[in-house]
Amino acid sequence: MESTSSVAIDAGSTAWMLVSSALVLLMVPGLALFYGGMVRRKNILSTMMHSFVAMAVIGVQWISIGYCLAFGSSWHGVVGFDPSLVALQGVDHLKTYGDKRIPELVFIMFQGKFAIITPALISGALAERLRLRSYLVFIALWATVVYAPLAHWVWAADGWLFKLGVLDFAGGTVVHIAAGVSALVLALLLGPRRELRGRAAAVLLPNNLPLTLTGAGLLWFGWFGFNAGSAVAVETPVAGAVAGLAFATTQAAAAAAALSWMLVERWHSGKATTLGIASGIVAGLVAVTPAAGHISPAAALVLGVLSGVVCYGAVQWKHRVGVDDTLDAFAVHGVGGLLGAVLTGVLCVTPVAGLLASGDPTQLGKQLVGVLAAVVWSGLGTFALGKLVDKLWGLRVSDQQERDGLDISTHGERGYHLEQA
Amino acid sequence: MKLIVAIVRPERLDAVQEELQRVLDEEDRYRLTVDSVEGHGAQAGEVELFRGRAIRPRLVPRTRITIAVNDSYVDRTIDAIVRGARTEGAAGAVGDGKIFVQPLEEVVRIRTGERGERAI
Repeated sequence: MESTSSVAIDAGSTAWMLVSSALVLLMVPGLALFYGGMVRRKNILSTMMHSFVAMAVIGVQWISIGYCLAFGSSWHGVVGFDPSLVALQGVDHLKTYGDKRIPELVFIMFQGKFAIITPALISGALAERLRLRSYLVFIALWATVVYAPLAHWVWAADGWLFKLGVLDFAGGTVVHIAAGVSALVLALLLGPRRELRGRAAAVLLPNNLPLTLTGAGLLWFGWFGFNAGSAVAVETPVAGAVAGLAFATTQAAAAAAALSWMLVERWHSGKATTLGIASGIVAGLVAVTPAAGHISPAAALVLGVLSGVVCYGAVQWKHRVGVDDTLDAFAVHGVGGLLGAVLTGVLCVTPVAGLLASGDPTQLGKQLVGVLAAVVWSGLGTFALGKLVDKLWGLRVSDQQERDGLDISTHGERGYHLEQA
Repeated sequence: MKLIVAIVRPERLDAVQEELQRVLDEEDRYRLTVDSVEGHGAQAGEVELFRGRAIRPRLVPRTRITIAVNDSYVDRTIDAIVRGARTEGAAGAVGDGKIFVQPLEEVVRIRTGERGERAI
């Protein structure tokens, strides 16, 4: 998309986008805490590292080439490219983005945070056994080959899914379906942790749930930037009313899902757990992501309740089929993203009326196309890249390293020395 | 002199301390060391939940209380620990813990160099 600084910068929109970009980045250490608390004590650092290192690797990749491929001039709606966007060399700080009244650099930073958190979400399925070097190469390739084109399809003005009219407000397909499906594929390629080979009920307990709860809180907080910040993409020329709508639906869905997960867990397992409410919060936030600026707060309550129940069910399904998706990246992000993206076509009222408001299934059909495209593209892309990296270095650490824990065997550190003065 | 080592539920530590204080406070003989331990006995672990799945940990957290006492205090110390650590009324439950009593050869108070019963 060629743009010139023909429109004046809007202070309100620009300020909100700067804040939103920082909020989305805060979700990454939030995710590190959320995931880090759930693994065993010997793997807390390596698990948190997966999120932190994504800030480093994708932080560089996005500026170098990622943004160029996602938002450069479109090649048949499939992928972007623009020589001037390589390493952002042609982006003057005065230049605005498209028809928006915000500097393009602010838009680039905002989008870059999404590119960072998406591969970090995948890492939840791979915790406690993934080789660091393979992870680094994988996420760099994945962000370039899988994520950037998908973001182009859905969010660039000339992307084929965008032109088709698929609604994905803040990344139900691009972020959550892509991360969830990729997580499932990699978990299958990687195989279960050694304790889970051949038996279902091994003893793998979380080391520090207070960290997980802190992380869930930071994710909820940051998600306001994730969703309400995304209003800038649909609201032209300045973001305002839709940002408020997305803020309200984000709040509604997270709260409703926290409640429904807690209640269904109490009914199913006999106790309402803190990990349950934390998981419910995230499930609701995921499900409302594609719908945030398109549905009413009341509809967000319904979407939230459904996502808590459905994602809880997906976790139980995982136990039954025996896939070792360590921290349920697929059950929460994949399934929650699918649910949200599909129900967007049912519940949406703005800018188009969905099935419920109009009786017209057209938008639902478009949503299904978007979902299918994201599932197939991320599934196949991840399978190919996963196989490649496995061939080159092996995706897994050795059995001995896995037994010792990745903190000491990979990083030469331990997360806890609480007993020593 | 005896060394009394008791393994109790962490949540019963307060009750055990109250009972001990009641019998050992006279003549300022109430001293104890507490640490956190993990292990298992007949109870084979309590159930913990992880996203709807019940998991039995191999090791459960317990509190270890170590007290050195002169011979005349042994029985009331043991009784006090039992009173404080037993759950579910007087009936008790599997997992309430155990008390070990061993002979104690020597005690030295580092500050003064005193030895034996006076140092305890």
